[in-house]
Amino acid sequence: MGRPEELLYSKEHEWVRVEGDTATIGITDYAADSMGDVVYVELPKVGAGVKQFGTAGVVESVKAVSDLYAPVAGEVVEINDTLENDPAAVNKDPFGSGWLFKVKLEGGTPPEGLLDAGEYERLTA
Amino acid sequence: MTSDTSLRQTALHDRHLAGAARMVPYAGFSMPVQYAGILQEHAAVRHRAGLFDLSHMGQFELTGDAVAEWADGLCTNAVATMKPWQARYNIFCNERGGAHDDTIFYRLDGRWLLVVNGANVDKMWDLLNDALPANGIELQSFHGKRALIAIQGPKSVEMLASHVPVDIGALKYYFCTETTVDGVPALLARTGYTGEDGFELFVDGDAASGLWKNLLDRHSGEGLEACGLGSRDVLRLEAGMPLYGHELTEEITPIQAGQSWAVKLNKSFTGRDALEAQVAAGDYSRIAGLIMTGPVPAREGYAVQHGGQNAGDIRSGSRAPSVENKNVATALLDPGAAALGTELEVEIRGKSHPATVVPLPFYKRSQPSK
Repeated sequence: MGRPEELLYSKEHEWVRVEGDTATIGITDYAADSMGDVVYVELPKVGAGVKQFGTAGVVESVKAVSDLYAPVAGEVVEINDTLENDPAAVNKDPFGSGWLFKVKLEGGTPPEGLLDAGEYERLTA
Repeated sequence: MTSDTSLRQTALHDRHLAGAARMVPYAGFSMPVQYAGILQEHAAVRHRAGLFDLSHMGQFELTGDAVAEWADGLCTNAVATMKPWQARYNIFCNERGGAHDDTIFYRLDGRWLLVVNGANVDKMWDLLNDALPANGIELQSFHGKRALIAIQGPKSVEMLASHVPVDIGALKYYFCTETTVDGVPALLARTGYTGEDGFELFVDGDAASGLWKNLLDRHSGEGLEACGLGSRDVLRLEAGMPLYGHELTEEITPIQAGQSWAVKLNKSFTGRDALEAQVAAGDYSRIAGLIMTGPVPAREGYAVQHGGQNAGDIRSGSRAPSVENKNVATALLDPGAAALGTELEVEIRGKSHPATVVPLPFYKRSQPSK
C-alpha cells in the first residue's frame, strides 16, 4: 500500500490531510497493521475540542486497546460514523474509507510538529 | 518483530520470521502473536485447520514405578487411574487451593509427560523437584529442546493422515501414540486448546522446522494456516477453557474457575482441604461468562457492577467470531452476581456498559471427536 506523500504524520502513527482550515485524521497503515483486526473505534464527539497530541479516542483490535491521539488542535467537525458498522475499514483502507475524524484547525493555521512522509518512513523503517 | 536478544527462540523461530509473523515476548520466548491476522487464523481453525508453535510450553518427563501415586498427592485430578497412552487435564494447587498451574499429564510407555504453561515452567520445575522423593522417581526437562506443534481444526485428521503411518482417525480424544510424522519420531496426541478436534505433535527440536514446512507446503492449498498465540487465545476463550494468569491463578481455585470436574476430593492432594471447604461453604466468587450487550469489548481488569455495587472484574475479553461476532468475556464475580441471566454493568473508560451472564462455554463444536 502506498503511503501518501501529501500527508503529514505524527510519531504516534496518525496521519493528517490538511485542506484549507480543516484537517482529516486517520491512523497509518503501520498502526493498523500493528494493531491487527480493528473491531471497535471510539471517536470524539462532534463539537468537542481536541488538543494537539492529546487523547481523542480509542481504537480496539480483537485483543488490544490503543489510545487514539489528536495530531492537531481544534474543534471536531465530523466523525466517520460508517466505522460503527465497519471498523475493519481502518485495516482495509487506512488512508481512505478508514479515516477517523475531521478537525477545524485552531487559528486556521497549518499544524506544526508533524512529520512529512519521508520522515515518517524513516521512523517506521 | 522483536529484537530483544534476552528472549529465547523456539526451533520454529526462523519459520515464523520467514512467514512474516509478528513476534512478541511471551513466557521468555520470542513467539508469533499473529500471521495473517487473528480473525483469519481463527476462521481457519474453526473451519479448516491451523498450525501453532507451542514450543514455549514446559515439557517434563517423569519415570519410576511410583510416579502415579506421588503425582496423585500433588494435583487435583486422578493420575493413578490413567490408562497407558491416555492424556488428562490436571491442576496443581497451593495449600489455599489456588492454582500453581493447569497442565496436561500424558501416560506413556513406562514414563509420564507433563506439559506445563510456559509462564510457569520455572515455578513448576522447582515445585516438582522439591516434592520428589529421595529416590525412585526421575524428573527431566525437555523445555526448549523438544518442540510442540499443534494442528487444530475439523480438517486436521484428513490433513495429517498422509504424514503418519497409523490410523490417526482411530485415535481417541485425549489419547496419544508414539509414531512418526514424515519419518520423524513423534509423540502424537489428540489434544489441544482451541475447542476443535486436533493433534499435538511432540518432536525433537531439530526436526520441527522441516515438519512445519512440510505441513504448510502440502496443505496450505486446502486451507491450513500458520497461526499465532493471539488467535489461540480467542479460540480457547470461546471454548470456555481457562488460561493461567486469567481464569486460574494462585488466588483463583479450580472450583472458582469452574474446573471442579478436574478436582477429585476423594483422594488426598495439596490444597484438597481448602477446596473441600470452599465447596461446602458454596459462597465463593466464581468465573462466569459474559456477553456484552453493546459494541464495546470488555477487557481484563475492567470492573463489573451488579445493581450499582462492585461485583468483580473481567479476567479475559475479546470479540468472538464464533459467538455471532459478539463481545464475550469471563469475569470473577461475587456469587450473587454470577447466576445465569443476571444483568451486569461493565465499567469501560468511565461509562457503564451492559452485559449478561451466560453459560460457559460460549462455543461448542457440533461434532466432538471420538
